[in-house]
Amino acid sequence: MHELLQQIFSGLAAGAVYASVALALVMIYRATDLVNFAQGEMAMFSTYIAWSLVTVGLPFWAAFLITLAASFIGGMAIERIIIRPVENAPVLAAVIVTIGLGLIFNSLAGWIYSYTVQDFPSPFPDRPLFGALITTQELGVIGVTLVMLLLLFLFFRFTKTGLAMRAAAQNPLSARLCGIPVGRMLAIGWGLAAAIGATAGIMVAPVLFLDPYMMSGVLLYAFAGALLGGISSPVGALVGGVIVGITENLVGTYLIPTQLKLTVALALIILVLVFRPNGLFGTAVVHRV
Amino acid sequence: MTKGISIVSPDKVAADRYAGLSTDAWRWLGTAVLIGLVVLLPFRLSNYHVFELTMVMIYAIAVLGLNILTGYNGQISLGHGGFFAVGAYTAAILMHHYAVPYWATLPVAALICFVLGVLFGLPALRFEGPYLALVTLAMAVATPQVLKYFDNWTGGQQGLNLVKPQPPPALGLDRDRWLYFIALIVLLVAIRVAVNMLHGRTGRAFVAIRDHPIAAAAMGIDTARYKTLAFGTSTLFTGVAGALSAIIIGFVAPESFTLFLSISFLVGSAIGGIATISGAIVGGIFIQFVPNLANDISDAAPSAIYGVAMLLFMYAMPHGVVGTLGPLLARSVPRIQARWPALIGK
Repeated sequence: MHELLQQIFSGLAAGAVYASVALALVMIYRATDLVNFAQGEMAMFSTYIAWSLVTVGLPFWAAFLITLAASFIGGMAIERIIIRPVENAPVLAAVIVTIGLGLIFNSLAGWIYSYTVQDFPSPFPDRPLFGALITTQELGVIGVTLVMLLLLFLFFRFTKTGLAMRAAAQNPLSARLCGIPVGRMLAIGWGLAAAIGATAGIMVAPVLFLDPYMMSGVLLYAFAGALLGGISSPVGALVGGVIVGITENLVGTYLIPTQLKLTVALALIILVLVFRPNGLFGTAVVHRV
Repeated sequence: MTKGISIVSPDKVAADRYAGLSTDAWRWLGTAVLIGLVVLLPFRLSNYHVFELTMVMIYAIAVLGLNILTGYNGQISLGHGGFFAVGAYTAAILMHHYAVPYWATLPVAALICFVLGVLFGLPALRFEGPYLALVTLAMAVATPQVLKYFDNWTGGQQGLNLVKPQPPPALGLDRDRWLYFIALIVLLVAIRVAVNMLHGRTGRAFVAIRDHPIAAAAMGIDTARYKTLAFGTSTLFTGVAGALSAIIIGFVAPESFTLFLSISFLVGSAIGGIATISGAIVGGIFIQFVPNLANDISDAAPSAIYGVAMLLFMYAMPHGVVGTLGPLLARSVPRIQARWPALIGK
């Protein structure tokens, strides 16, 4: 029982990271109908920025905030410079552009920081809590994710920009007619997604250790989580991410050898999707004839 | 019928003739010249370049399979690397464990991949867009893990070594050129089959389902049947390509069939032109040569160059090389003819 709870809590911590990345994916998908395959690599690159700031000697939280700001600006720039030219192109062209972007970030990170695995400092002392049920690291990750979610909720619920962003995502044409600069809202969306990804990367780096391939597995689980919850639903992304995190941990511990962990986790998710093809929280798309 | 009345006006007939030849004749001439070039080419190139061209053709077959599914039927797949692997391992296991001759493995791989594709296509009927992408992605991710797990059959991590086929002595060809011609024949057959299928009733059904599933169903097209058929045919092509790759490389290992391979197929498909047949060849060329070229340009960050190439191609030609240049060419020929009649005379 104790071990089971332990596994559930560490699944919860991993799930918080998947949920964050899933949320970033959903934000971009809602605004542009595009799955951003570069999300993981963008987060990885942000994590390297944080790492170099910490290595230079900055305190952890200062490096964290600077990285978030840099990622936000970087995300906006990516939307403006890289994604904008394929805005009206076929969806597949845009997908290929995000795949190319991911390759570029991966390669740049390897070139600048080398492919050697780096230790990433954790802001939380690694200490077991509550009779070894959960470590401070895990609790910290869950806490930071919750704070981030709260801030995002407040932003989207109570600020004018947040409202404008929701409008732009829901109905770009009407939003533009109301005087909302839809293009700028998209850029802000990409900026926010990049910052959310950066948070996830920094939170997961002390556990996974930092190298240019750190986020590829995370992106996969996040993608699965986003779809499990329903790609059009932010709440679904969070729930889906957490479910994936816990399932992955339990499956890997109790059911099967670790080398098949990913396969079985994905198979389970697909099984759920066969019965709920639009995800747990997604709404069925109604086609007009 | 009265003599002298033709349904096509004389003007129209004249307009379809360039430099005294009809468009059909031009097409045949072009095809003949192209096939002539492709047959002669390997005798002017080094063994390594011949091998590279053989791989181009194999990738072209795989991309053609993906084009049928994603381009013509609108179902995205990130898992074709998995079906490529199934084809490759079918050939490898048959050759290694049962000493089946290499040519006999191709139809077996085709059959297995077709059945697997149809089975996979059935649940895929329920998924659209990113959901289908995830389901197929899972296939691509699972493949290397599953291959490593059943190591009695697959040789696990080490993979299987195969004996490369010997050319029939009567032909006087060396092995690389013989393999080149095998791939060429399979590619030509694949293109012929794809043309027949896609330019006929089945192809129209595929496209109708892609463009408007509800309207297609209302017109009496059995969408479920055609969607699974598209899946099966698509994986058949890709599986045959996989089997060929095993025969030609003479080696299979799980690490050759990662997610990156599936993504490469999608990239090749998009860059060649997603709903085109000849685009598959452009895609094959891109997959085979651009990563190597990127390596030559920059040792430090080759994938960055590869990524930039992908970006630039998509910016310049969002519908792919053939998808963008083809219509452009078709539009410009009559214009050129109108402006400079001497250049392409009537």
